[in-house]
Amino acid sequence: MSRLRAALTPYALIFPGGLWLAIFFVVPMIVMLSLSLQSGSVEDGYAFTFNWHSYADGLANYHDQIIRSLLYGLASTALQIAIGFPVAYWIAFKGGSRKSVYLFLLLLPFLVSFVLRTISWQFLLSDNGILLGPLKDIGLLPDGFRVLATPFAVIAGLAYNFLPFMVLPMYVALERIDPRVLEAAQDLYASRFQTFLRVVLPLSLPGVFAGVLMTFVPATSDYVNASVLGGTNTTMIGNVIQNQYLVTQDYPTASALSFTLMALLLVGIFVYARALGTEDVLEVAAR
Amino acid sequence: MTEIQAGPGAAVTAAPVSGAVPAIELDNVVKEYVSHGEVVRAVKGVSLAITEGEFFSLLGPSGCGKTTSMRMIAGFEDPTQGIVRLHGEDVTNVPPNKRDINMVFQSYALFPHMNVWDNVAFGLKRKKVADAEIKRRVGEILEVVDLVGREKRRPKEMSGGQQQRVALARALVNRPRALLLDEPLGALDLKLRQAMQIELKRIQREVGITFVYVTHDQSEALTMSDRIAVMNDGLVEQLAEPREIYERPAGKFVAGFIGTSNLLSGTVQQVVGDTAVLALGANDRILVPAGGELAAGATVDLTVRPEKIKIAKDRPEGDLSVVRGTVSEVVYLGTSNSYVVALGDGAEITVFEQNAHDSTITAERGDTVWLSWQSWHSYALR
Repeated sequence: MSRLRAALTPYALIFPGGLWLAIFFVVPMIVMLSLSLQSGSVEDGYAFTFNWHSYADGLANYHDQIIRSLLYGLASTALQIAIGFPVAYWIAFKGGSRKSVYLFLLLLPFLVSFVLRTISWQFLLSDNGILLGPLKDIGLLPDGFRVLATPFAVIAGLAYNFLPFMVLPMYVALERIDPRVLEAAQDLYASRFQTFLRVVLPLSLPGVFAGVLMTFVPATSDYVNASVLGGTNTTMIGNVIQNQYLVTQDYPTASALSFTLMALLLVGIFVYARALGTEDVLEVAAR
Repeated sequence: MTEIQAGPGAAVTAAPVSGAVPAIELDNVVKEYVSHGEVVRAVKGVSLAITEGEFFSLLGPSGCGKTTSMRMIAGFEDPTQGIVRLHGEDVTNVPPNKRDINMVFQSYALFPHMNVWDNVAFGLKRKKVADAEIKRRVGEILEVVDLVGREKRRPKEMSGGQQQRVALARALVNRPRALLLDEPLGALDLKLRQAMQIELKRIQREVGITFVYVTHDQSEALTMSDRIAVMNDGLVEQLAEPREIYERPAGKFVAGFIGTSNLLSGTVQQVVGDTAVLALGANDRILVPAGGELAAGATVDLTVRPEKIKIAKDRPEGDLSVVRGTVSEVVYLGTSNSYVVALGDGAEITVFEQNAHDSTITAERGDTVWLSWQSWHSYALR
């Protein structure tokens, strides 16, 4: 009896989550997959035709937005590493007894809703707002200068919005490094820079790897930043999909684009994991 | 300046071999920390000179300043005051990566992302040694520590004893002029620890460099060291050879910390020849070598090692220290029996009796027994 119970316990534990995912993830996926292979219009109704034309049309019409999304996702991820790594490093090694306070401060803006945060950025960056207005008044910037509606605004917004998901895993990896290992490197004639390069950096890579996974995907498929901070030339694929669903109501195209994006991200992640996620990277870094 | 002394042991600090420059020298070194707004003096003025090629131990309880002293030698801590010299050269402000000494860390601190070979080669690569030379020297040292064939293993794939030897190889491969070891055997189990003690001693003889060994384990220090500095509360209590430290401890602390000792005290009744006589009761007396220092009326603290004391049912004859007491504990230890005997005045004396003959015990719990020892086995503490 107790053996049976022990055998069933793992399944009992996975059951609620599994059921949840089955209802709210797997079922909609199947529905969407079927939608993407249907033809018709909102007025006449849709019929399942097993026709791939939605995919072909989507790629033909929106490949610019897809490529732009991938580039913005990459750029914002790179920006997050550049900004986040020093922050994670500082908290892990210089945070002392206040580490949890600093981590809380890092997360504090995220108690405000995602959309509201982005709108406040719009307010900050507006053409004559509190940031650019004074600079234009004293003549430091030309009157026509703007940040909003530029790729920079969208990429910066993406970087800002996903930063904690980059910093936290990097912090965890850095925090786990035994300070005595760093002393050992110094003892073995490594300068501070060499210690960083040969020991700290390779040991933090798993954190960077996890951070990239957690931020690149949502940044690439995001539509809020592009619609609030961007303009007509910064439309991302997320905006196209949203528009197709809610405005044009071309469900097959929207679904096809969603699956195309998902496939691209999956391939990208797989290649990335194969290239970086193995221990070979650490071996190379150790040289 | 003069009030900062290296403790009671400073006066008997054995001078380095005549004329030779000491390998490592601490000159009146003080280390203060600020912790929670309070100044903590971890090291309160330590002076020592470690001779080239010596196996030197810093021994003491946790918090005595031994690790801090070692970290100042390595360069991980800057002394608040005082000078650190390596082979006569002032290195007080030289960073650790510029000091020609290496350290074996407590819990080893191996690079977890590197295999054994890369761990060991790390120092040589930083010193830009030629590849062929690195290959030869790493191969050589792995042979010394018996790790040939394990070059590709990661630290986490190895046992504690193997990691320990990687740590040793990683330091020794650089041929440092001195090797610092911070409780390197602390994480190993007893059997392995004893094997590694012998191993360490062999390696030290083989490579012939100065070893500075930090430990809180007195038997470890006694077994391996040429000389020991016993530290307590930021000061060196005694600096001497193991035998000297065991036989002639320089104070209550050392006597209590090294081995088992019986601490007794009494007043000198008379001095006969070179022997002071302390009377404890009608039939009891303790004989102590007077050494020209003890006079009648002086109060003496003294120590007697448990293995020097004889236990008997009858009062022994002769010029011996003799005390009477009641057995309060008998412990069978295999190679010996241990008795705890309560004296009339409440003091307790521990006695070891070798199980040389048949394993009959001399006395049972509750028996009245006589304890005796030669006068020269009483050691007066200053």
